[in-house]
Amino acid sequence: MTTVPTTDRVALVRAIATQHLAERGPLMPVLHEVMEELGHIAREDVEAIAHVLNLSVAEVHGVVSFYADFRADPPPAHTVALCRGEACQSVGAEALYADTHGRAADLGAPGDRVEVAEVFCLGNCALGPSGTVDGRLHGRLSRERLDALTEGWR
Amino acid sequence: MALTGLAGRVFVPGDAAAVSVGADEVAAAFEAAGAQVVRNGSRGMLWLEPLVEVETDAGRVGFANAEPDDATTIVTGSRDGTTSLLDQRGCIGVVDEHPWLTKQQRVSFARVGIVDPASVADYEAHGGWAGLRRALTMTPADVVQEVTDSGLRGRGGAGFPAGIKWKTVLGAESDLKFVACNFDEGDSGTFADRMVVEGDPFTLIEGMTIAAHAVGASEGYVYVRSEYPHAVAALRRAVDAAYTHGYLGRDILGSGLDFDLHVRVGAGAYICGEESSMLESLEGRRGEVRAKPPIPALKGLWGRPTAVNNVLTLCAVPMILADGGQAYAALGTGRSRGTQVFQLAGNVKQGGIVELPFGVSLRELVGEYGGGTLSGRPVRAAQVGGPLGAYVPATGFDVPMDYEALAESGAMLGHGGIVVFDETVDMAKMARFAMEFCSIESCGKCTPCRVGSTRGVETIDRIIAGQNVQLNLVLLDDLCETMTKGSLCAMGGLTPMPVQSAIKHFPEDFQQREAALT
Repeated sequence: MTTVPTTDRVALVRAIATQHLAERGPLMPVLHEVMEELGHIAREDVEAIAHVLNLSVAEVHGVVSFYADFRADPPPAHTVALCRGEACQSVGAEALYADTHGRAADLGAPGDRVEVAEVFCLGNCALGPSGTVDGRLHGRLSRERLDALTEGWR
Repeated sequence: MALTGLAGRVFVPGDAAAVSVGADEVAAAFEAAGAQVVRNGSRGMLWLEPLVEVETDAGRVGFANAEPDDATTIVTGSRDGTTSLLDQRGCIGVVDEHPWLTKQQRVSFARVGIVDPASVADYEAHGGWAGLRRALTMTPADVVQEVTDSGLRGRGGAGFPAGIKWKTVLGAESDLKFVACNFDEGDSGTFADRMVVEGDPFTLIEGMTIAAHAVGASEGYVYVRSEYPHAVAALRRAVDAAYTHGYLGRDILGSGLDFDLHVRVGAGAYICGEESSMLESLEGRRGEVRAKPPIPALKGLWGRPTAVNNVLTLCAVPMILADGGQAYAALGTGRSRGTQVFQLAGNVKQGGIVELPFGVSLRELVGEYGGGTLSGRPVRAAQVGGPLGAYVPATGFDVPMDYEALAESGAMLGHGGIVVFDETVDMAKMARFAMEFCSIESCGKCTPCRVGSTRGVETIDRIIAGQNVQLNLVLLDDLCETMTKGSLCAMGGLTPMPVQSAIKHFPEDFQQREAALT
């Protein structure tokens, strides 16, 4: 991910927030769009959003920190999110999660950070274990299948 | 039956479950082979996905677990007339004649998997908009009465009569009212909301527009969980098309009704499936539960009267208005009227969507439709109604699936999800997970849920470690009672249900820990 200079970044965030000003309850759509454009919501973004939407910095920070999808730090190079819901557990998701979590570093190229995250239900409960690999949904996952899906990372 | 030659289109589901096992690659292969591909929803026979259907003069012929390599053989082979489609790998015959489907009674899922979810015209050709057209000729009070007569109850889990909720909103004085659809389908083992929206999104739009007319709302919000990107895309595409064709916006179908519909996306918080948390999130705040009263029907979104309904509740409405409330009420049993969309999930051989009138037994669902476990081992338990639902032992599977019968047996229907476990399941670990899940997903507003869940994990850990098992079981029971009675919402209030049902029905998984150590 390319690093956006702070001044440009704040200008972009302000522009995003301004675009949503006319909507009712614009904060969540604004945060989603900042995530999409910039990969994370930095401290200066929070201040800019609060200013444009006429909210307190504490309120925006509170929302950012409440939801699992919003991250305050830059994202890793790659993400594997594995479902730990009951349906996926019934077909071995806990072991798969533990195994994958334990070898996260080996999934990517040297120096690339790979995040193995837990998620609770992707709505693919009849074809578990389910998970996403860099955001793409996969069913019937196994160690071998994950190896194949992440092969290009190494 | 001799089938040769492609009569028309090839259907490759764009449903997320089908895509998760390769449907996109299959669709691309069929397009490359020269077929006209429609990305339909899934028929709900998920173990057969990707299930490709080829339009023929005898109906749509299905090919189960299709792979990209099958495309050329099916398209060119059958065009040349050299091979019969029925002899191709994976052929399951005419899909509409598949016994798994013919035994069902699909009302809410009538069009899912059949229509092109991107086409307004296809929706109309399959009976769409008939309910809205009729509703718009009726007074709001008459529409509410029709829904009341149907006996429709909230499909999100609480089972509250939809007509009574709508009547409250209709009767509330306000210059601004809202309709809000709860599409935060976070329960593990449930995917019906996702599938109906991905496969037949106009039904939800029609249901919400009818609701708007019935309660006097001018704006609607759909709150979709972020884990459902395919559904978000399908719904946004359908909303745009509905605006273009005059089914949303100003003066809908010349009736004078104005209704704007917005799609909003959650951000990974299970608690936002609780209606007041969802309203908080829609307003742009942390998804913390609101104390009731006031009820959302009187003070909901931005303090205005709001009809909050689940996706499946709203998707039952078009049919109720098209065919009349009595037709819907004729299905079902007792005070559970109409059909329920059951979802078979977990360690099950044939997982997917089973829509039937209320009253079918859990045994029939798991055994006959589900075909037992995927692993082939005996079924030990099923969790019914999501992470807050009870674990039912295989010996208790004769329970009829309706709101009252399940409640009487100490379980609940919830959103209709059924997660099957085989004999290898460790019920103490599942009980621990219920508490762990609650501790991760609690909004933190009330103490019984926020602190109780963490204490619950610790107590079950001690039981699993064989420490003072009897005393810790008493402590756990006491903790469960505090959570049940003292929590603000169903998150803390129902987390004890899986925990206590596991202890009740599978005591050996808790007691043997002690025996093993002493």
